[in-house]
Amino acid sequence: MSTGIAKPDFWQHDLVPPAEHKELNVLNLGPTHPATHGIFQNVLTMDGEYIQSAEQTIGYIHRAFEKIAERRPFYQITTLTDRMNYCSAPINNMGWHMTVEKLLRIETPKRVDYMRIIAMELARIADHIVCNAVIGVDTGALTGFTFIFQDREFIYEIFEEICGARLTTNMGRIGGFERNFNDIAWRKTKHFLDYFPKKLKEFENLLMRNRIFMDRCINCGPFPLDRALAYGFTGPNLRACGLDYDVRVMDPYCSYEDFDFKIPIGQNGDVYDRFMVRQKEMWESLRIIRQAVEKCEKMSDKTTFTAEVPEWVLPPKEEVYNEMEALIYHFKIVMGESDVPVGEVYHCVEGGNGELGVYLVSDGGRTPFRVHFRRPCFVYYQAFPEMVKGIMLSDAILSMSSMNVIAGELDA
Amino acid sequence: MPAFAIQTDRDQLVVDRLGAAFPEAVLAQEQFHDMRCFTVRKESLHDILRFLRDELDFNFLTTLCGMHYPATEGQEDLLGLVIHLHSFRNRHRIRLKANTPLKDPAFPTFTDLWPATNWMEREAFDFYGLTFTGHPNLKRILNMEDFPAFPMRKDYPLEDPTREDKNDSMFGR
Repeated sequence: MSTGIAKPDFWQHDLVPPAEHKELNVLNLGPTHPATHGIFQNVLTMDGEYIQSAEQTIGYIHRAFEKIAERRPFYQITTLTDRMNYCSAPINNMGWHMTVEKLLRIETPKRVDYMRIIAMELARIADHIVCNAVIGVDTGALTGFTFIFQDREFIYEIFEEICGARLTTNMGRIGGFERNFNDIAWRKTKHFLDYFPKKLKEFENLLMRNRIFMDRCINCGPFPLDRALAYGFTGPNLRACGLDYDVRVMDPYCSYEDFDFKIPIGQNGDVYDRFMVRQKEMWESLRIIRQAVEKCEKMSDKTTFTAEVPEWVLPPKEEVYNEMEALIYHFKIVMGESDVPVGEVYHCVEGGNGELGVYLVSDGGRTPFRVHFRRPCFVYYQAFPEMVKGIMLSDAILSMSSMNVIAGELDA
Repeated sequence: MPAFAIQTDRDQLVVDRLGAAFPEAVLAQEQFHDMRCFTVRKESLHDILRFLRDELDFNFLTTLCGMHYPATEGQEDLLGLVIHLHSFRNRHRIRLKANTPLKDPAFPTFTDLWPATNWMEREAFDFYGLTFTGHPNLKRILNMEDFPAFPMRKDYPLEDPTREDKNDSMFGR
Protein backbone atom coordinates (compact mmCIF):
# COMPACT_ATOMS: atom_id res chain seq x y z
CA MET A 1 0.00 0.00 0.00
CA SER A 2 1.40 3.36 -0.96
CA THR A 3 1.89 5.89 1.81
CA GLY A 4 2.78 8.82 -0.43
CA ILE A 5 0.60 11.87 -0.77
CA ALA A 6 -2.25 11.18 -3.11
CA LYS A 7 -2.05 13.35 -6.18
CA PRO A 8 -5.36 14.65 -7.42
CA ASP A 9 -6.00 12.80 -10.61
CA PHE A 10 -6.93 15.86 -12.65
CA TRP A 11 -3.25 16.52 -13.13
CA GLN A 12 -3.22 13.41 -15.25
CA HIS A 13 -5.61 14.86 -17.78
CA ASP A 14 -5.05 17.56 -20.30
CA LEU A 15 -6.91 20.68 -19.35
CA VAL A 16 -7.50 21.41 -23.00
CA PRO A 17 -9.47 18.68 -24.70
CA PRO A 18 -7.81 17.15 -27.74
CA ALA A 19 -8.40 18.86 -31.05
CA GLU A 20 -11.03 16.53 -32.41
CA HIS A 21 -13.44 17.24 -29.57
CA LYS A 22 -13.12 20.97 -29.81
CA GLU A 23 -16.30 22.85 -29.29
CA LEU A 24 -16.08 26.63 -29.32
CA ASN A 25 -18.34 28.83 -27.27
CA VAL A 26 -19.13 32.45 -27.83
CA LEU A 27 -19.00 34.49 -24.66
CA ASN A 28 -20.03 38.06 -24.22
CA LEU A 29 -17.69 39.80 -21.83
CA GLY A 30 -19.37 43.07 -21.11
CA PRO A 31 -20.55 45.73 -21.99
CA THR A 32 -21.22 46.09 -18.29
CA HIS A 33 -19.15 43.54 -16.48
CA PRO A 34 -17.68 44.35 -13.07
CA ALA A 35 -14.33 42.82 -14.01
CA THR A 36 -13.74 45.04 -17.02
CA HIS A 37 -13.80 48.24 -14.93
CA GLY A 38 -15.66 50.21 -17.52
CA ILE A 39 -17.99 49.79 -20.42
CA PHE A 40 -16.19 47.52 -22.82
CA GLN A 41 -17.76 44.74 -24.80
CA ASN A 42 -15.69 41.81 -25.93
CA VAL A 43 -17.22 38.99 -27.89
CA LEU A 44 -14.90 36.13 -27.08
CA THR A 45 -14.70 32.83 -28.88
CA MET A 46 -13.76 30.41 -26.16
CA ASP A 47 -12.19 27.01 -26.32
CA GLY A 48 -12.98 25.92 -22.81
CA GLU A 49 -11.17 28.41 -20.60
CA TYR A 50 -8.92 29.55 -23.43
CA ILE A 51 -9.62 32.50 -25.68
CA GLN A 52 -9.48 31.80 -29.40
CA SER A 53 -10.39 35.25 -30.59
CA ALA A 54 -11.86 38.46 -29.29
CA GLU A 55 -13.83 41.15 -31.00
CA GLN A 56 -14.26 44.47 -29.29
CA THR A 57 -17.13 46.88 -29.46
CA ILE A 58 -16.35 50.32 -28.17
CA GLY A 59 -18.10 53.66 -28.17
CA TYR A 60 -20.60 53.11 -25.37
CA ILE A 61 -19.74 56.44 -23.79
CA HIS A 62 -18.84 58.34 -26.92
CA ARG A 63 -19.63 62.01 -26.31
CA ALA A 64 -18.49 63.62 -29.57
CA PHE A 65 -15.75 65.72 -27.98
CA GLU A 66 -14.09 66.53 -31.26
CA LYS A 67 -17.36 67.73 -32.75
CA ILE A 68 -18.30 69.76 -29.70
CA ALA A 69 -14.81 71.27 -29.64
CA GLU A 70 -15.36 72.73 -33.10
CA ARG A 71 -18.15 74.93 -31.71
CA ARG A 72 -16.56 76.07 -28.48
CA PRO A 73 -14.02 78.73 -27.60
CA PHE A 74 -10.72 77.42 -26.26
CA TYR A 75 -11.50 77.71 -22.58
CA GLN A 76 -14.67 75.68 -22.88
CA ILE A 77 -12.71 72.80 -24.41
CA THR A 78 -10.71 72.31 -21.22
CA THR A 79 -13.74 70.79 -19.57
CA LEU A 80 -13.97 68.25 -22.38
CA THR A 81 -10.39 67.14 -21.83
CA ASP A 82 -11.16 66.49 -18.15
CA ARG A 83 -13.52 63.80 -19.17
CA MET A 84 -11.11 61.83 -21.32
CA ASN A 85 -8.74 60.20 -18.89
CA TYR A 86 -10.61 61.20 -15.77
CA CYS A 87 -8.08 59.40 -13.56
CA SER A 88 -5.48 62.05 -14.37
CA ALA A 89 -7.52 65.02 -15.53
CA PRO A 90 -4.87 67.70 -14.76
CA ILE A 91 -2.48 66.17 -17.30
CA ASN A 92 -5.16 66.44 -19.98
CA ASN A 93 -5.93 70.04 -18.97
CA MET A 94 -2.29 71.04 -19.10
CA GLY A 95 -1.80 69.22 -22.38
CA TRP A 96 -4.63 71.19 -23.90
CA HIS A 97 -3.44 74.50 -22.49
CA MET A 98 0.07 73.88 -23.70
CA THR A 99 -1.23 73.12 -27.18
CA VAL A 100 -3.07 76.42 -27.24
CA GLU A 101 0.01 78.18 -25.89
CA LYS A 102 2.01 76.68 -28.72
CA LEU A 103 -0.50 78.04 -31.21
CA LEU A 104 -0.54 81.46 -29.56
CA ARG A 105 3.24 81.45 -28.98
CA ILE A 106 2.88 82.10 -25.28
CA GLU A 107 6.00 81.65 -23.20
CA THR A 108 5.26 80.54 -19.63
CA PRO A 109 7.44 81.54 -16.66
CA LYS A 110 9.49 78.85 -14.92
CA ARG A 111 7.43 79.02 -11.76
CA VAL A 112 4.28 78.21 -13.74
CA ASP A 113 6.05 75.26 -15.35
CA TYR A 114 7.09 73.89 -11.98
CA MET A 115 3.63 74.33 -10.52
CA ARG A 116 2.22 72.55 -13.53
CA ILE A 117 4.68 69.75 -13.07
CA ILE A 118 3.61 69.35 -9.45
CA ALA A 119 -0.02 69.06 -10.52
CA MET A 120 0.76 66.72 -13.40
CA GLU A 121 2.97 64.39 -11.43
CA LEU A 122 0.44 64.22 -8.60
CA ALA A 123 -2.12 63.28 -11.23
CA ARG A 124 0.21 60.64 -12.62
CA ILE A 125 0.55 59.11 -9.18
CA ALA A 126 -3.22 59.14 -8.75
CA ASP A 127 -3.60 57.47 -12.15
CA HIS A 128 -1.05 54.78 -11.44
CA ILE A 129 -2.54 54.16 -7.99
CA VAL A 130 -5.84 53.29 -9.62
CA CYS A 131 -4.28 51.00 -12.19
CA ASN A 132 -1.95 49.16 -9.86
CA ALA A 133 -4.51 48.83 -7.08
CA VAL A 134 -6.94 47.38 -9.60
CA ILE A 135 -4.36 44.88 -10.84
CA GLY A 136 -4.17 43.82 -7.21
CA VAL A 137 -7.95 43.49 -7.01
CA ASP A 138 -8.07 41.38 -10.15
CA THR A 139 -5.49 39.02 -8.74
CA GLY A 140 -7.55 38.71 -5.59
CA ALA A 141 -5.87 41.19 -3.25
CA LEU A 142 -8.48 43.75 -2.33
CA THR A 143 -6.50 45.01 0.65
CA GLY A 144 -4.05 47.07 -1.36
CA PHE A 145 -6.88 48.79 -3.16
CA THR A 146 -8.64 49.91 -0.01
CA PHE A 147 -5.32 50.75 1.59
CA ILE A 148 -3.86 53.00 -1.11
CA PHE A 149 -7.05 54.71 -2.22
CA GLN A 150 -6.81 56.86 0.87
CA ASP A 151 -3.76 58.51 -0.68
CA ARG A 152 -5.48 59.07 -3.99
CA GLU A 153 -8.09 60.81 -1.90
CA PHE A 154 -5.36 62.96 -0.39
CA ILE A 155 -4.09 63.90 -3.87
CA TYR A 156 -7.61 64.98 -4.72
CA GLU A 157 -7.62 67.13 -1.62
CA ILE A 158 -4.52 68.88 -2.95
CA PHE A 159 -6.27 69.39 -6.29
CA GLU A 160 -9.19 70.81 -4.39
CA GLU A 161 -6.90 73.39 -2.85
CA ILE A 162 -5.32 74.19 -6.21
CA CYS A 163 -8.41 74.53 -8.35
CA GLY A 164 -11.49 73.73 -6.30
CA ALA A 165 -12.40 70.48 -8.02
CA ARG A 166 -11.42 66.89 -7.45
CA LEU A 167 -11.98 64.51 -10.32
CA THR A 168 -12.77 66.61 -13.38
CA THR A 169 -10.49 69.41 -12.37
CA ASN A 170 -10.62 71.99 -15.19
CA MET A 171 -7.31 73.06 -13.72
CA GLY A 172 -5.17 75.88 -14.99
CA ARG A 173 -5.68 78.50 -17.63
CA ILE A 174 -3.99 79.34 -20.90
CA GLY A 175 -0.68 80.80 -19.77
CA GLY A 176 -0.70 79.40 -16.25
CA PHE A 177 -3.11 79.00 -13.39
CA GLU A 178 -6.25 80.79 -12.35
CA ARG A 179 -4.69 81.64 -8.99
CA ASN A 180 -1.60 80.97 -6.97
CA PHE A 181 -1.24 77.77 -4.94
CA ASN A 182 -2.37 78.66 -1.44
CA ASP A 183 -0.54 77.75 1.75
CA ILE A 184 -2.71 74.73 2.39
CA ALA A 185 -1.89 73.37 -1.07
CA TRP A 186 1.85 73.70 -0.42
CA ARG A 187 1.54 72.24 3.07
CA LYS A 188 -0.50 69.32 1.85
CA THR A 189 1.91 68.66 -1.02
CA LYS A 190 4.83 68.59 1.39
CA HIS A 191 2.92 66.41 3.81
CA PHE A 192 2.18 64.06 0.91
CA LEU A 193 5.87 63.88 0.06
CA ASP A 194 6.63 63.07 3.69
CA TYR A 195 4.21 60.31 4.41
CA PHE A 196 3.41 58.78 1.01
CA PRO A 197 6.72 56.99 0.34
CA LYS A 198 6.21 54.89 3.42
CA LYS A 199 2.70 53.94 2.37
CA LEU A 200 3.76 53.24 -1.18
CA LYS A 201 6.48 50.97 0.15
CA GLU A 202 3.90 49.15 2.24
CA PHE A 203 1.69 48.75 -0.81
CA GLU A 204 4.66 47.46 -2.74
CA ASN A 205 5.52 44.97 -0.02
CA LEU A 206 1.99 43.69 -0.20
CA LEU A 207 2.21 42.81 -3.89
CA MET A 208 5.62 43.12 -5.46
CA ARG A 209 7.32 40.01 -4.03
CA ASN A 210 4.09 38.29 -3.12
CA ARG A 211 4.32 34.74 -4.42
CA ILE A 212 0.67 34.49 -5.43
CA PHE A 213 0.77 37.84 -7.18
CA MET A 214 3.99 37.00 -9.01
CA ASP A 215 2.75 33.61 -10.14
CA ARG A 216 -0.40 35.21 -11.36
CA CYS A 217 1.21 38.12 -13.23
CA ILE A 218 4.53 36.99 -14.60
CA ASN A 219 4.16 35.83 -18.19
CA CYS A 220 0.53 36.81 -18.21
CA GLY A 221 -0.43 38.65 -21.39
CA PRO A 222 3.06 39.40 -22.68
CA PHE A 223 3.47 41.56 -25.75
CA PRO A 224 6.60 41.76 -27.89
CA LEU A 225 8.18 45.15 -28.47
CA ASP A 226 7.99 45.19 -32.25
CA ARG A 227 4.27 44.46 -32.18
CA ALA A 228 3.79 47.07 -29.47
CA LEU A 229 5.45 49.70 -31.65
CA ALA A 230 3.43 48.67 -34.68
CA TYR A 231 0.29 48.99 -32.61
CA GLY A 232 1.26 52.46 -31.46
CA PHE A 233 1.77 51.62 -27.78
CA THR A 234 3.06 54.49 -25.70
CA GLY A 235 3.49 55.20 -22.03
CA PRO A 236 3.93 52.54 -19.34
CA ASN A 237 2.65 49.81 -21.64
CA LEU A 238 5.36 50.45 -24.21
CA ARG A 239 8.02 50.89 -21.54
CA ALA A 240 7.01 47.56 -20.02
CA CYS A 241 7.92 46.00 -23.38
CA GLY A 242 11.42 47.39 -22.99
CA LEU A 243 11.66 50.68 -24.85
CA ASP A 244 12.38 53.85 -22.91
CA TYR A 245 10.15 56.17 -24.90
CA ASP A 246 8.80 58.91 -22.69
CA VAL A 247 7.55 62.23 -24.07
CA ARG A 248 8.87 64.02 -20.99
CA VAL A 249 12.40 63.12 -22.06
CA MET A 250 12.05 62.76 -25.80
CA ASP A 251 10.34 66.11 -26.38
CA PRO A 252 10.61 67.94 -23.08
CA TYR A 253 7.74 70.31 -22.45
CA CYS A 254 6.99 72.41 -19.39
CA SER A 255 10.69 72.51 -18.32
CA TYR A 256 10.93 68.77 -17.68
CA GLU A 257 14.51 69.06 -18.88
CA ASP A 258 15.36 70.78 -15.54
CA PHE A 259 14.53 67.66 -13.59
CA ASP A 260 16.47 64.58 -12.75
CA PHE A 261 14.45 61.40 -13.08
CA LYS A 262 14.72 57.94 -14.54
CA ILE A 263 12.52 56.10 -16.98
CA PRO A 264 11.81 52.63 -15.67
CA ILE A 265 11.42 49.93 -18.30
CA GLY A 266 10.33 46.31 -18.25
CA GLN A 267 11.44 43.29 -20.21
CA ASN A 268 8.72 41.32 -21.87
CA GLY A 269 5.64 43.48 -21.47
CA ASP A 270 3.60 41.16 -19.29
CA VAL A 271 1.25 42.20 -16.51
CA TYR A 272 3.99 42.12 -13.91
CA ASP A 273 6.20 44.40 -15.99
CA ARG A 274 3.40 46.86 -16.51
CA PHE A 275 2.68 46.82 -12.80
CA MET A 276 6.33 47.35 -11.94
CA VAL A 277 6.84 50.12 -14.50
CA ARG A 278 3.90 52.02 -13.05
CA GLN A 279 5.10 51.35 -9.54
CA LYS A 280 8.59 52.67 -10.28
CA GLU A 281 7.12 55.65 -12.10
CA MET A 282 5.31 56.64 -8.96
CA TRP A 283 8.66 56.79 -7.17
CA GLU A 284 10.11 58.88 -9.97
CA SER A 285 7.08 61.17 -9.89
CA LEU A 286 7.65 61.66 -6.18
CA ARG A 287 11.24 62.63 -6.92
CA ILE A 288 10.08 65.10 -9.56
CA ILE A 289 7.53 66.67 -7.23
CA ARG A 290 10.13 66.99 -4.50
CA GLN A 291 12.52 68.73 -6.88
CA ALA A 292 9.76 71.01 -8.17
CA VAL A 293 8.74 72.02 -4.65
CA GLU A 294 12.36 72.76 -3.82
CA LYS A 295 12.82 74.81 -6.97
CA CYS A 296 9.69 76.81 -6.23
CA GLU A 297 10.87 77.46 -2.69
CA LYS A 298 14.29 78.62 -3.86
CA MET A 299 12.73 81.15 -6.21
CA SER A 300 12.54 84.65 -4.85
CA ASP A 301 9.37 85.13 -6.85
CA LYS A 302 6.43 83.63 -4.96
CA THR A 303 3.57 85.32 -6.73
CA THR A 304 3.81 84.58 -10.43
CA PHE A 305 1.21 82.04 -11.41
CA THR A 306 0.54 83.00 -14.98
CA ALA A 307 2.23 84.35 -18.09
CA GLU A 308 1.77 87.96 -19.14
CA VAL A 309 -1.19 87.40 -21.44
CA PRO A 310 -4.05 89.73 -20.51
CA GLU A 311 -6.05 88.51 -23.53
CA TRP A 312 -6.22 85.04 -22.03
CA VAL A 313 -6.00 85.31 -18.25
CA LEU A 314 -9.06 86.57 -16.43
CA PRO A 315 -8.22 89.72 -14.45
CA PRO A 316 -8.94 89.77 -10.69
CA LYS A 317 -12.54 90.48 -9.82
CA GLU A 318 -11.83 93.74 -7.96
CA GLU A 319 -10.22 95.14 -11.11
CA VAL A 320 -13.08 93.93 -13.29
CA TYR A 321 -15.52 95.91 -11.17
CA ASN A 322 -13.41 99.07 -11.05
CA GLU A 323 -11.36 99.36 -14.23
CA MET A 324 -12.52 99.59 -17.79
CA GLU A 325 -9.61 97.68 -19.37
CA ALA A 326 -10.06 94.76 -17.01
CA LEU A 327 -13.78 94.65 -17.69
CA ILE A 328 -13.17 94.58 -21.43
CA TYR A 329 -10.65 91.75 -21.14
CA HIS A 330 -12.94 89.84 -18.84
CA PHE A 331 -15.77 90.12 -21.34
CA LYS A 332 -13.59 89.21 -24.30
CA ILE A 333 -12.14 86.17 -22.58
CA VAL A 334 -15.46 84.86 -21.36
CA MET A 335 -17.04 85.30 -24.78
CA GLY A 336 -14.04 83.73 -26.52
CA GLU A 337 -13.28 86.85 -28.55
CA SER A 338 -9.51 87.03 -28.12
CA ASP A 339 -7.54 86.95 -31.35
CA VAL A 340 -6.27 83.58 -32.48
CA PRO A 341 -3.68 83.17 -35.23
CA VAL A 342 -4.29 80.92 -38.20
CA GLY A 343 -2.22 77.80 -38.01
CA GLU A 344 -1.99 74.24 -36.93
CA VAL A 345 -0.02 72.63 -34.15
CA TYR A 346 0.48 69.23 -32.70
CA HIS A 347 1.54 68.95 -29.12
CA CYS A 348 1.77 65.98 -26.85
CA VAL A 349 2.30 65.32 -23.18
CA GLU A 350 3.07 62.14 -21.32
CA GLY A 351 -0.34 61.24 -19.97
CA GLY A 352 -1.02 58.52 -17.46
CA ASN A 353 -1.35 56.05 -20.31
CA GLY A 354 1.09 57.40 -22.85
CA GLU A 355 1.45 60.03 -25.47
CA LEU A 356 -1.61 62.22 -25.16
CA GLY A 357 -1.53 64.42 -28.23
CA VAL A 358 -3.70 67.25 -29.46
CA TYR A 359 -3.76 68.24 -33.10
CA LEU A 360 -5.28 71.70 -33.27
CA VAL A 361 -6.15 73.48 -36.50
CA SER A 362 -7.22 77.08 -36.20
CA ASP A 363 -8.68 79.17 -39.00
CA GLY A 364 -8.53 82.34 -36.92
CA GLY A 365 -12.08 82.05 -35.65
CA ARG A 366 -13.23 81.97 -32.06
CA THR A 367 -13.43 78.18 -32.13
CA PRO A 368 -10.95 75.68 -33.54
CA PHE A 369 -11.46 74.48 -37.09
CA ARG A 370 -10.53 70.98 -36.04
CA VAL A 371 -9.30 69.34 -32.87
CA HIS A 372 -8.09 65.80 -32.87
CA PHE A 373 -7.12 64.13 -29.64
CA ARG A 374 -4.59 61.35 -29.80
CA ARG A 375 -5.94 59.22 -27.01
CA PRO A 376 -3.36 56.59 -26.07
CA CYS A 377 -6.03 54.12 -24.90
CA PHE A 378 -7.80 54.24 -28.22
CA VAL A 379 -4.60 53.43 -30.05
CA TYR A 380 -3.34 50.59 -27.91
CA TYR A 381 -6.59 48.92 -26.89
CA GLN A 382 -6.92 47.57 -30.44
CA ALA A 383 -4.03 45.24 -29.68
CA PHE A 384 -6.10 43.50 -27.02
CA PRO A 385 -7.29 40.57 -29.24
CA GLU A 386 -3.72 39.82 -30.23
CA MET A 387 -2.60 40.04 -26.62
CA VAL A 388 -5.20 37.64 -25.26
CA LYS A 389 -5.24 35.11 -28.08
CA GLY A 390 -4.60 31.71 -26.59
CA ILE A 391 -4.56 32.76 -22.95
CA MET A 392 -7.13 32.06 -20.27
CA LEU A 393 -10.14 34.22 -19.61
CA SER A 394 -9.04 35.19 -16.11
CA ASP A 395 -5.66 36.25 -17.52
CA ALA A 396 -7.41 38.33 -20.16
CA ILE A 397 -9.22 40.26 -17.43
CA LEU A 398 -5.90 40.88 -15.79
CA SER A 399 -4.27 41.93 -19.07
CA MET A 400 -7.03 44.40 -19.67
CA SER A 401 -6.81 46.05 -16.28
CA SER A 402 -3.01 46.18 -16.51
CA MET A 403 -3.28 48.06 -19.81
CA ASN A 404 -5.29 50.66 -17.89
CA VAL A 405 -7.92 51.19 -20.54
CA ILE A 406 -10.00 54.16 -19.43
CA ALA A 407 -13.40 54.17 -21.10
CA GLY A 408 -13.62 57.95 -21.17
CA GLU A 409 -10.36 58.25 -23.04
CA LEU A 410 -11.13 55.33 -25.32
CA ASP A 411 -14.47 56.67 -26.49
CA ALA A 412 -13.81 60.41 -26.34
CA MET B 1 6.07 77.99 -25.31
CA PRO B 2 6.51 74.26 -25.53
CA ALA B 3 7.89 73.11 -28.84
CA PHE B 4 9.52 70.11 -30.39
CA ALA B 5 13.15 70.42 -31.36
CA ILE B 6 13.20 71.62 -34.95
CA GLN B 7 15.49 69.36 -36.93
CA THR B 8 16.24 71.46 -39.98
CA ASP B 9 18.74 69.02 -41.47
CA ARG B 10 16.42 66.04 -41.01
CA ASP B 11 13.60 68.06 -42.55
CA GLN B 12 15.83 68.85 -45.51
CA LEU B 13 16.80 65.21 -45.82
CA VAL B 14 13.14 64.20 -46.00
CA VAL B 15 12.50 66.91 -48.58
CA ASP B 16 15.43 65.78 -50.73
CA ARG B 17 14.76 62.07 -50.50
CA LEU B 18 11.04 62.44 -51.08
CA GLY B 19 11.67 64.76 -53.99
CA ALA B 20 14.07 62.26 -55.52
CA ALA B 21 11.92 59.19 -54.98
CA PHE B 22 8.51 60.73 -55.73
CA PRO B 23 9.15 63.76 -57.96
CA GLU B 24 5.50 64.23 -58.84
CA ALA B 25 3.87 63.34 -55.56
CA VAL B 26 4.72 66.15 -53.17
CA LEU B 27 2.29 68.96 -53.91
CA ALA B 28 3.26 71.41 -51.19
CA GLN B 29 5.31 71.71 -48.07
CA GLU B 30 5.04 74.17 -45.25
CA GLN B 31 6.62 74.74 -41.89
CA PHE B 32 3.96 75.02 -39.21
CA HIS B 33 5.71 76.30 -36.12
CA ASP B 34 7.81 73.32 -35.10
CA MET B 35 6.76 70.72 -37.63
CA ARG B 36 7.25 70.29 -41.36
CA CYS B 37 4.09 69.41 -43.22
CA PHE B 38 3.94 67.73 -46.63
CA THR B 39 0.84 67.69 -48.77
CA VAL B 40 1.07 64.73 -51.07
CA ARG B 41 -0.89 63.19 -53.88
CA LYS B 42 -3.44 60.72 -52.59
CA GLU B 43 -2.39 57.98 -55.02
CA SER B 44 1.17 57.88 -53.77
CA LEU B 45 0.45 58.30 -50.05
CA HIS B 46 0.77 54.61 -49.33
CA ASP B 47 4.08 54.32 -51.15
CA ILE B 48 5.39 57.44 -49.47
CA LEU B 49 4.51 56.11 -46.03
CA ARG B 50 6.23 52.84 -46.81
CA PHE B 51 9.26 54.75 -48.06
CA LEU B 52 9.37 56.96 -44.97
CA ARG B 53 9.05 53.96 -42.70
CA ASP B 54 11.64 51.77 -44.39
CA GLU B 55 14.14 54.27 -45.76
CA LEU B 56 13.94 57.27 -43.47
CA ASP B 57 13.38 55.53 -40.15
CA PHE B 58 9.93 56.90 -39.31
CA ASN B 59 9.11 53.89 -37.19
CA PHE B 60 6.08 55.21 -35.36
CA LEU B 61 2.73 56.41 -36.63
CA THR B 62 1.38 58.83 -34.05
CA THR B 63 -2.00 59.80 -35.43
CA LEU B 64 -4.15 59.40 -38.46
CA CYS B 65 -7.27 61.47 -38.63
CA GLY B 66 -9.80 62.73 -41.11
CA MET B 67 -10.56 66.30 -42.12
CA HIS B 68 -13.36 68.01 -43.99
CA TYR B 69 -12.86 71.25 -45.90
CA PRO B 70 -16.25 72.60 -46.92
CA ALA B 71 -16.69 73.90 -50.45
CA THR B 72 -15.50 77.42 -51.09
CA GLU B 73 -15.48 79.44 -54.27
CA GLY B 74 -13.49 77.67 -56.90
CA GLN B 75 -13.03 74.59 -54.78
CA GLU B 76 -15.30 71.66 -54.21
CA ASP B 77 -15.85 69.81 -50.94
CA LEU B 78 -12.66 68.10 -49.89
CA LEU B 79 -11.99 65.31 -47.45
CA GLY B 80 -8.53 65.07 -46.04
CA LEU B 81 -6.31 62.72 -44.17
CA VAL B 82 -3.69 63.97 -41.73
CA ILE B 83 -0.95 61.67 -40.54
CA HIS B 84 1.74 62.39 -37.98
CA LEU B 85 4.89 60.33 -38.19
CA HIS B 86 7.59 60.10 -35.58
CA SER B 87 11.12 58.83 -35.85
CA PHE B 88 12.18 57.81 -32.37
CA ARG B 89 15.82 57.46 -33.30
CA ASN B 90 16.12 60.96 -34.78
CA ARG B 91 13.58 62.65 -32.48
CA HIS B 92 11.93 63.90 -35.60
CA ARG B 93 8.26 64.42 -36.33
CA ILE B 94 6.57 65.29 -39.61
CA ARG B 95 3.02 65.71 -40.77
CA LEU B 96 1.58 64.36 -44.00
CA LYS B 97 -1.64 65.44 -45.61
CA ALA B 98 -3.59 64.16 -48.55
CA ASN B 99 -6.88 65.41 -49.86
CA THR B 100 -9.55 63.77 -51.92
CA PRO B 101 -12.82 65.03 -53.39
CA LEU B 102 -15.89 64.25 -51.31
CA LYS B 103 -17.32 62.19 -54.15
CA ASP B 104 -14.34 59.86 -54.18
CA PRO B 105 -13.43 59.23 -50.54
CA ALA B 106 -11.31 56.12 -51.09
CA PHE B 107 -7.78 55.75 -49.76
CA PRO B 108 -5.73 52.58 -49.69
CA THR B 109 -5.49 51.04 -46.25
CA PHE B 110 -2.36 51.53 -44.18
CA THR B 111 -2.99 48.61 -41.86
CA ASP B 112 -0.35 46.61 -43.72
CA LEU B 113 2.25 49.18 -42.68
CA TRP B 114 1.10 49.89 -39.14
CA PRO B 115 -1.64 47.79 -37.53
CA ALA B 116 -2.27 50.79 -35.27
CA THR B 117 -4.08 52.49 -38.15
CA ASN B 118 -6.85 49.89 -38.02
CA TRP B 119 -9.02 51.77 -35.55
CA MET B 120 -7.83 55.17 -36.67
CA GLU B 121 -9.08 54.39 -40.18
CA ARG B 122 -12.34 53.09 -38.78
CA GLU B 123 -12.68 56.35 -36.86
CA ALA B 124 -12.02 58.38 -40.01
CA PHE B 125 -14.60 56.28 -41.83
CA ASP B 126 -17.07 56.62 -39.00
CA PHE B 127 -16.85 60.39 -38.73
CA TYR B 128 -15.93 61.54 -42.22
CA GLY B 129 -16.95 58.75 -44.54
CA LEU B 130 -13.43 58.14 -45.80
CA THR B 131 -13.09 54.60 -47.06
CA PHE B 132 -9.96 52.53 -46.98
CA THR B 133 -9.58 49.95 -49.70
CA GLY B 134 -8.32 46.67 -48.31
CA HIS B 135 -9.11 47.42 -44.66
CA PRO B 136 -9.83 44.15 -42.85
CA ASN B 137 -12.87 45.35 -40.93
CA LEU B 138 -14.09 48.73 -42.09
CA LYS B 139 -17.18 49.53 -40.07
CA ARG B 140 -18.27 52.22 -37.67
CA ILE B 141 -16.42 52.26 -34.41
CA LEU B 142 -17.67 54.91 -31.99
CA ASN B 143 -21.11 55.63 -33.42
CA MET B 144 -23.84 53.06 -33.64
CA GLU B 145 -23.73 50.91 -36.73
CA ASP B 146 -26.92 52.21 -38.36
CA PHE B 147 -26.05 55.85 -37.83
CA PRO B 148 -27.33 57.69 -40.89
CA ALA B 149 -24.62 60.34 -41.40
CA PHE B 150 -20.94 61.15 -41.09
CA PRO B 151 -21.14 63.47 -38.11
CA MET B 152 -17.78 65.26 -38.17
CA ARG B 153 -18.38 66.73 -41.60
CA LYS B 154 -18.88 70.45 -41.35
CA ASP B 155 -22.40 70.36 -42.76
CA TYR B 156 -23.64 68.12 -39.95
CA PRO B 157 -25.17 70.23 -37.17
CA LEU B 158 -23.87 69.94 -33.62
CA GLU B 159 -27.32 69.40 -32.16
CA ASP B 160 -28.60 66.00 -33.18
CA PRO B 161 -31.18 66.82 -35.89
CA THR B 162 -33.06 63.57 -35.39
CA ARG B 163 -34.12 64.29 -31.84
CA GLU B 164 -37.75 65.17 -31.22
CA ASP B 165 -37.73 65.45 -27.44
CA LYS B 166 -36.23 68.91 -27.34
CA ASN B 167 -38.30 72.03 -27.67
CA ASP B 168 -36.69 74.21 -30.33
CA SER B 169 -37.83 77.45 -28.74
CA MET B 170 -35.87 76.64 -25.61
CA PHE B 171 -32.66 75.65 -27.36
CA GLY B 172 -32.43 78.55 -29.77
CA ARG B 173 -32.89 76.58 -32.95
